[in-house]
Amino acid sequence: MSERRKLGTADYPLAEKRPDLVRTRKGRPLAELTLAAIEAGEVALEDLRITPQALRQQAEIATAAGRPTLGRNFDRAAELIDVPQDVILSIYELLRPGRAKGKADLLDAARLLRQSYKAEKMAAFIEEAAEVYERRGLFAKRF
Amino acid sequence: MSDKPQRSSANSSAGAPQIKVNPKVNRWRRFADWDERPLRLDRFAVEDAAAGFAAFSSPNDPKPGLEIAGGKVKSMDGIAAADFDMIDIFIAHHHLDLDVALEAMAIPSPEIARMLVDMNVPRAKLVRLAHGMTPAKLAEVVAELSAIEIAFAYSKMRARHTPGNQGHVTNAKDDPLQLAADAATAVAFGFDEIETTMRVARNAWSNAIACAVGAAIGRWGTLFQCSSEEAEELQIGMAGFSSYAETVSVYGTERSFIDGDDTPWSKAFLSTAYASRGIKMRCTSGAGSELLMGFHESKSLLYLEARCLCLQRGMGVQGTQNGGIDGAPITCTVPGGMRELMAENLLAVWLDLECASGNDAAATESEIRVGAKILPYLIAGSDLICSGFGSILAYDNSFNPSLMNGEEMEDFLVLQRDFEADGGLTPVGETEIIELRSKAVQAIAAVLEELDLGRPTPDMMASVVAASGSAQTESYMPRDVAVISEAIKARGINVIDVIRALAKRGFREAAQNLLNVVKLRVSGDYLQTSAIVRDGKIISAVNDPNEYLGPGTGYRLSAQRRQEIANIRDVLDRDEVLRTEGRHAKGESRLIQYRSMGEAQPGTDAKEVVIGISPAFGLKIFRTLAGHPLSAVLDALTAGIRAKGCKPRVVRLHHTADTSFLGLSAARLAGSGVGIGIQAKGTAVIHQRDRLPHHNLELFSNAPITRLEHYRRLAENAASYALGEHPEPVVVPTKGEAMGARFHAQVALIYAIETELTRDGAAPENVEISLLEAAQ
Repeated sequence: MSERRKLGTADYPLAEKRPDLVRTRKGRPLAELTLAAIEAGEVALEDLRITPQALRQQAEIATAAGRPTLGRNFDRAAELIDVPQDVILSIYELLRPGRAKGKADLLDAARLLRQSYKAEKMAAFIEEAAEVYERRGLFAKRF
Repeated sequence: MSDKPQRSSANSSAGAPQIKVNPKVNRWRRFADWDERPLRLDRFAVEDAAAGFAAFSSPNDPKPGLEIAGGKVKSMDGIAAADFDMIDIFIAHHHLDLDVALEAMAIPSPEIARMLVDMNVPRAKLVRLAHGMTPAKLAEVVAELSAIEIAFAYSKMRARHTPGNQGHVTNAKDDPLQLAADAATAVAFGFDEIETTMRVARNAWSNAIACAVGAAIGRWGTLFQCSSEEAEELQIGMAGFSSYAETVSVYGTERSFIDGDDTPWSKAFLSTAYASRGIKMRCTSGAGSELLMGFHESKSLLYLEARCLCLQRGMGVQGTQNGGIDGAPITCTVPGGMRELMAENLLAVWLDLECASGNDAAATESEIRVGAKILPYLIAGSDLICSGFGSILAYDNSFNPSLMNGEEMEDFLVLQRDFEADGGLTPVGETEIIELRSKAVQAIAAVLEELDLGRPTPDMMASVVAASGSAQTESYMPRDVAVISEAIKARGINVIDVIRALAKRGFREAAQNLLNVVKLRVSGDYLQTSAIVRDGKIISAVNDPNEYLGPGTGYRLSAQRRQEIANIRDVLDRDEVLRTEGRHAKGESRLIQYRSMGEAQPGTDAKEVVIGISPAFGLKIFRTLAGHPLSAVLDALTAGIRAKGCKPRVVRLHHTADTSFLGLSAARLAGSGVGIGIQAKGTAVIHQRDRLPHHNLELFSNAPITRLEHYRRLAENAASYALGEHPEPVVVPTKGEAMGARFHAQVALIYAIETELTRDGAAPENVEISLLEAAQ
């Protein structure tokens, strides 16, 4: 997205102010997501999902509005969009105290995110967790 | 007491008579009265910081401080980086903005506190400083503020300009028909978000479909949450039924976090997962959770919550649900507890988080404490004033009863009107509600049928449409619901299936409304801070920011919004009063005739008692406030006078409608010098010729509780005074009712009708009354 200026608060809400930027995963504009299209079987749940682009755009807007941490969360979220639900839930489970047996389990999860889903920021976040969990003894068995 | 009481025996001189109370009294019975008050069901706790029972400060709270070296935090709030627990680590890494920190930490706390209540200091400036402040510093600043200062600062610092509200929609049977009807009802009353949960965990999917359908009836834009187990809640969101989540709890001590089975990183990951699914999300925290979980580290409630909130900003969530939440009841047991809840909400908005400001779990049995608790939020405004107003009856609230529930909804609507404050809700008329409920039940029944999940009978549906709560329904029971819910889950039914079912069965508007909510996630606009939908458009802290800078700025009621709030049901006006009287006019004309007999002159008979009636008496007004026909009142008065051997004379006064002057004028016309003055609304007086206007013999000011027997005894007493006797004054017993609240609107309107008929200097007129059949 380097070829265009960063979005600001004036571009918000995107669906209203910048409909040209809002596209479904298959590249369709919002205007095509009609009731008639649903009845005709032309719109599936997949078309109603958020896209990585939308999250990165919202990250720019959040940052412009003075909310850098919210922006960083949206950027991490953009990386998770293609991560399947069961992988998400298994990593969440692994991050809960006592689930990972050691630092290596979390580093494996980070590697999976980085290598399979290009989730660089999310991976770094989990690596940070691995350091802290080791330091604070959070690998202890709980049940 | 002008007399000095007897000294105790030690000081009394020998031989002086002693006054004894016998038998010995051991208790002032007022305490027994107080024992019966709902307040006494609340149990309070002694302040004890070591045991975690301290609202604002504890000797164990760290002192604010920050050391930075080489671009890294070396110590925070007196703790060296090497000794940080996981919460400190997360805050230092993800919350603290080191570019601001040294500047912010160097400003004395009282000075920042004054900036918070200084209307000339913009919100943005304070938000920037908060990015560089440690939990202990933030807590120290807000602890400087009094309750009213906190409320004012909250009003200035909350993120979104327009206030909103959130409601619970649940019922004791998990009945999908009732959920749909109650969701539609909650939407009509104006809740921006509705939240459900289940009595039986596996009913989550059924609850989700029912509320999603109900919320699509009438208008679109109400966001919906199905609070359940973390993984399932996310799945329900992914199926498109729910649009936000707020059950991602965080805690202020490491041990309670671990006992809550999470870490800041696991919760941050979960919140990122929600964003990646296009679902609005906020965290939950609040005073008292660490205390309830047994790991409070002897720290104050406020300090621990400051840690939670710094964590949440660091995680990058858009908002929080705080203000005690499940810990509100225990927080309210300690001195300053309610002020602390306000202070922690202030911390949330100061940290630029959307704030769903608690006011949910019932923190007291006292209605007075409930009203006091809610008021600062109502007048300050809040992104979501309650993070669960119980839109349903208290017993149907599966989260536990809220501070305010369906029972008290109208109290809240009236508070909005009293203070001209926008609590996010709007009164709705009876016809509209019954139509919406009926439509919602038909819509969910159609969806259940279309998806082959159930076939509700007309009787089931009718019972739900009318029901105030689930005790009145003949509908689905939890076991039936479990079958429906498990089928939805097993068959992978999603929101597209529901939209299609609605459209196919003719509920096209509801289908479109539901589609509109799901479409929100494509652009993600509603993921920004404090986003809600109003009139089909997203408003959030980005495009509807609170920029309060003193009177005339910030949120104000528009003329239209003010009218909506004012429009509660069943209000009186002059036409209504006249209409009501008009209905009684005909009945009275069959019971009594008034015949004018010319100008009244002073009487000479020493046994004559004059009854002075007001200008509108029996002409425009026909009943007392207690509902007694004026014919019956005159019958009682004349009969009472005659019973004592005196003679009544009725005189209509035209120069005044005031009770005292009616009475005094009547007395001056009476041969005995004793008169009765009575207004059409029933207020009466016994007066005597030589007395000052307001120094009467007996006054009957409480017309709403004055019965015919009192009028009869009043007249007997008037006759007794005429005969020179000293009767026992008539006492109309009162139970302490708020007569003014019940009757003053009506009184003022009736009295205006009376005063309009008065003419200065008009002569009194003798009236011959003839009581016809039924009056006697």
